[in-house]
Amino acid sequence: MKVRRAGDTALLVETADLATAHRLHAAIRAAAPRGVIDVVPGERTVLVVADARQCDLGRLAAWLPTLPLPERPDDGMAPVEIPVVYDGEDLDEVAGLTGLSRTEVVQRHTAASYTVAYLGFSPGFGYLTGLDPALHVSRRESPRTAVPAGSVAIAGPYAAVYPSRSPGGWRLLGRSRLPLWDVTRDPPSLLQPGAHVRFVADEEAR
Amino acid sequence: MIEVVRPGPLATVQDLGRPGHAHLGVPCSGAADGRAFRLANRLVGNPESAAGVEFTVGGGALRFRRPAWVAVTGAPLPVRIDGRACGMNAPCRVSVGGLLELGHPQFGLRSYLAVRGGITVDEVLGSRATDLLSGLGPAPLAEGDRLPVGPTAGLEDILVDAAPVVPLPEVPILRITPGPRDDWFTGEALTSLTSATFEVSPESNRVGVRLTGPRLERAREGELSSEGMVTGALQVPPSGLPIIVLADHPTTGGYPVVAVLASADVPMAAQLRPGQRIRFRA
Repeated sequence: MKVRRAGDTALLVETADLATAHRLHAAIRAAAPRGVIDVVPGERTVLVVADARQCDLGRLAAWLPTLPLPERPDDGMAPVEIPVVYDGEDLDEVAGLTGLSRTEVVQRHTAASYTVAYLGFSPGFGYLTGLDPALHVSRRESPRTAVPAGSVAIAGPYAAVYPSRSPGGWRLLGRSRLPLWDVTRDPPSLLQPGAHVRFVADEEAR
Repeated sequence: MIEVVRPGPLATVQDLGRPGHAHLGVPCSGAADGRAFRLANRLVGNPESAAGVEFTVGGGALRFRRPAWVAVTGAPLPVRIDGRACGMNAPCRVSVGGLLELGHPQFGLRSYLAVRGGITVDEVLGSRATDLLSGLGPAPLAEGDRLPVGPTAGLEDILVDAAPVVPLPEVPILRITPGPRDDWFTGEALTSLTSATFEVSPESNRVGVRLTGPRLERAREGELSSEGMVTGALQVPPSGLPIIVLADHPTTGGYPVVAVLASADVPMAAQLRPGQRIRFRA
């Protein structure tokens, strides 16, 4: 585990892999060290942002690698099941790009089990790893100016659900009626780093 | 209550933002020049966290339906209350029906208005800040908007007549700490970062200050996996032209961060105008 400085208020801890990043993220949150403001997991990193007036960065840098990590990062976190109506605008295109039928695309998308690697791009937007390699397709050449909230999409090795309406270049497979982002809820995001996710075909909404 | 007569090019409600939600993809947001913003609040006896207005290149006008103490800080510009000139960085009294008008700054970009009692629009995730990247918080101010003002009972007394403020240098020198991804760049790139002059691009906003200048060449191929970013990070996209990320920056990014501004110099970065030249010092 290597600790790098990110200016005078933050440390970037490099981890061996995503699972270790999630375990470290969970351990720091559980320890809640004084002066730490934000703990942000990435794919192989955890960024720790601190108030330098309340917390000595050098001591924090020495302490972080000594922190015992939980066995599993997802203790107490319920798996999230996301119902999807598979009628996305890009479903045919994805079938064409992958040489699969529409049905096979949907089957592979629902068969996989996903992990929320990290959030970013917009509030509540989780980058989900675990996508079937047969479904790894590039982003659209020209992004859409507005993707509706609830759009279920893939790009590269990731799957995601757009939590709110935004521009976007991912390929749309379908839509979910599950609210992923709600500022009146605590936490506002349905997806948390390290959570497990499955997609299920939503027959009722059809 | 305050009525927006005209917002100027861009005016937003700001406070100290939404720290603590970055792992959910929520930018911190809040006043881009936090130092000037906090000063404005202190001048009118508010807690530093009270919400005020951030004006971009001035130009705003506000009508006060109740008397209020106000202070304007940040990018220096002419301030008039009912046509009478008032000082910056000083508490000023506005009477019932008073009109506060801001001119345009000659230097700097963002000016702040604090009102004793604070602007009390609804909070979203514990903050009233407008986040232009995520769309959280109130929309940018528009003509006819009405801004509620909070109670003044129990606030600190107004103790200072004017605060001395150091002017922004013509070619600011921003201090940086190299890393966390300086090893992604050639030695030449790191040398030119601290020796060359960069120019602020017109494409800059509250998300980031885009720079033009020497291209910072990478020492390695491939892509960095996405990682968390702090305000003041110098992110370098494949173009090689660095971007200083400001208050509304996305919480994670996949471009290597070559260096991070000293946190004390982030307010200066928030005052940079398109066309202005800057330098970095390690």
